[in-house]
Amino acid sequence: MAKMQNKSKTSDISLIDPMLVQAYTIQRVVRETFDTFSLELEPQSGGGEFKFAPGQFNMLYVYGVGEVPISISGDPSKEKPLIHTTRAVGTVTKAMKNLKVGDTIGIRGPYGSSWPVKEAEGYDVVIVAGGIGLAPLRPVIYYLLQHRNKYGRIVLLYGTRTPEDMLYRKQLEKWRSRFDLETYLTVDRATGSWRGNVGVVTTLIGRAPFDPLHSVAVVCGPEIMMRYTVLELLKRGVDEEKTYISMERNMKCGIGLCGHCQLGSSFVCKDGPVYRYDNIKHAFTMWEM
Amino acid sequence: MENLERILTEHPFLTGMDKKHIQTLVGCASNVAFKEGEFIFKEGSDADSFYFIRHGRVQIETHVPQKGAIVIRSREAGEILGWSWLVPPYKWHFDARAVELTRAIVLDGKCLRDKCEDDHDLGYEIMKRFNLIIAERLEQTRFQLMDVYGKNAK
Repeated sequence: MAKMQNKSKTSDISLIDPMLVQAYTIQRVVRETFDTFSLELEPQSGGGEFKFAPGQFNMLYVYGVGEVPISISGDPSKEKPLIHTTRAVGTVTKAMKNLKVGDTIGIRGPYGSSWPVKEAEGYDVVIVAGGIGLAPLRPVIYYLLQHRNKYGRIVLLYGTRTPEDMLYRKQLEKWRSRFDLETYLTVDRATGSWRGNVGVVTTLIGRAPFDPLHSVAVVCGPEIMMRYTVLELLKRGVDEEKTYISMERNMKCGIGLCGHCQLGSSFVCKDGPVYRYDNIKHAFTMWEM
Repeated sequence: MENLERILTEHPFLTGMDKKHIQTLVGCASNVAFKEGEFIFKEGSDADSFYFIRHGRVQIETHVPQKGAIVIRSREAGEILGWSWLVPPYKWHFDARAVELTRAIVLDGKCLRDKCEDDHDLGYEIMKRFNLIIAERLEQTRFQLMDVYGKNAK
């Protein structure tokens, strides 16, 4: 059983030129919800597999508009396609939403630290996702299921605003039907014919089937959701040192040079986005951050 | 009765409660079942009971004219349903409806209120436990009100 690292692990992948943008072609656009979408991309150069670790992100460049950091949400074991899921909220992501199959988009990366999949071997793994936070966690789910015998129970707790806001619906249905993955869903507001849980995602933690003293928790969602989720995990008995979260800040260079994403002494693009909770908890309650 | 006592003793809500108090609760308890879609209680009616849900799922909802039911929360196996029986004027504030076949142990709130008046130690034990539930649900409701996944979510 691997000892918990003091920091979440940064990928060993070395970039030839970390600022060099590679042209990719959009192979498929999937409308996940009314305001989120996934882009499936392939390199125009044709060759070269894109290696990344679950939790890492890329900088995506919409030519003539701008660049944004977006987590990779595809399967880390598959060479192609490179998948990103995002929400159309700002100038760049709104322009990105209008891109079509065959259009070109610029990619540089992958950057940042990753989820502790090695460190979690031998433990139960609790995955808590809120809203679009499932996207950066999907690669870790793929990974865990591909290496299923190395882990104890795997529990996915996913909360969204409404049933219509759930990402990857078909995949969630498949995951729910598996015997080796416990999937629990909840919504803040029930609509239509929803018959499942209604309530915030933290309400699932108390009754989810995992051994808190022998679990690693990975959490991703809006910062305030992560804050309350971690409190609930700690209340259940999960160790701070076995709890990991993914932070989001205004990342620009992606390599810890420009300082846009600085969080105290840490650069989210380089030291994060995945942090062990005890290393970043101070940032949760500081107004200035 | 023996079966009810065992179930109540093992329920996390009653962990650590004195055996004689549990036996008092058993005296106010009985098994119930609700079919899918059946109302367990309705807003405005007398709140004279609470439930240990053993199986199934219940939606707590309110009816909005011309819009239908708005679901506020759901409760499922292992959870406690209802605390209005503790607070005057002892009326339900919302509707509760079984989403699927639901089995529960119902406790007669009026009977229990009287017993708590007679035995303040029992009353204190009950209040301590319901305080936790009420505080937890208040926190969850505040979190829900934040609408953390809304347009301005960070």
